[in-house]
Amino acid sequence: MTSTKTTQLRRIRFSLWILVAAAVLALGGAYFVRMIGVREPPPVTVGEAAIRSEFSLIDHNGNRVTEADFLGHWQLVFFGFTHCPDVCPTTLAYLANVLDRLGGEVERVAPIFITVDPSRDTPQVMAAYVQAFHPKLVGLTGSESEVAAAAQSFRVYYERMEEATAPDGYLMAHAGHIYLMRPEGRFEDVFREGEQSAEEMAADVLARMNGKQ
Amino acid sequence: MRKLIATVVVALAVASPALAEESVRIFDAWARASVLASRPGAAYVTVESATEDQLLGVATPVAGQVMIHAVEKDGDISRMKHIETLELPAGERITLAPGGMHLMLMGLQDKLSEGTTFPMTLSFENAGEITVEVSVLGIAAVGPREAAE
Repeated sequence: MTSTKTTQLRRIRFSLWILVAAAVLALGGAYFVRMIGVREPPPVTVGEAAIRSEFSLIDHNGNRVTEADFLGHWQLVFFGFTHCPDVCPTTLAYLANVLDRLGGEVERVAPIFITVDPSRDTPQVMAAYVQAFHPKLVGLTGSESEVAAAAQSFRVYYERMEEATAPDGYLMAHAGHIYLMRPEGRFEDVFREGEQSAEEMAADVLARMNGKQ
Repeated sequence: MRKLIATVVVALAVASPALAEESVRIFDAWARASVLASRPGAAYVTVESATEDQLLGVATPVAGQVMIHAVEKDGDISRMKHIETLELPAGERITLAPGGMHLMLMGLQDKLSEGTTFPMTLSFENAGEITVEVSVLGIAAVGPREAAE
């Protein structure tokens, strides 16, 4: 009887040690990941059900808008900022090129540019900016927390980087994807400028809009 | 003696730009038209140096400051990184292009308008200063070659 009890105790002790070891490994691993600066990758994988078009922001005409204002339209959503010299104009020009290749179907699409730098990107700034790219492009801004909430619903990562030599002493780092959202606001796919030509992306978007994929 | 020194100085001054052009070649200098004067613009060049050299800095009368930017991709996140100098290995062609390395033009006097040009001076450690004329292409341009095709 005693020996059985001892065996049981041993087993319990062994199991506990395994738990401790697992905890140490997990914590150590997490700490190591933080130390070397690896960030959790944003979940932008295809088919990600958690990505949703949900926001309450101010459009470039100064009106409060939510996802409900775009329901029924296929949304092409890109997050960026107007002080961005390269990636944002490149991507928005690419998006404009895609829109031009949708023909009449462009009326079923709502292209949306959401700033991650709302303190500098006021509705007035957004108006001048988006109109330079495409007449259909809608620019959205808001308070810091409203923008953060919108980015969260799209699972978009962005951060402020202090850079003494940049205008106002900072730059924004952000994911450079264009999200294609279904008319009811669900995630359909994600595109990246440079990964396919504007013609290819337009053909892909049209195929999805017409249920061929 | 003084005359000789003066002659040598003049000869060097005349000779150095010619030497510079031989060792470093800059082509396809272009910039994207900008939307607002208050926003930074971006310019791109292709540089090739016959001998190892370094791009130390860039200046243009149209902007207050020009910064060399590299783009670091960390998974899906793009981070612009200010780099002080750009290494030019001998014989290697370095192309600055949209979505990658670029020259950020800050403090623009005016917005960059399509169809115009502006001078830009690149300073190299060995080759000295070279000034090129930058063509401002449309807002949707991806490069001078694509535009020509």
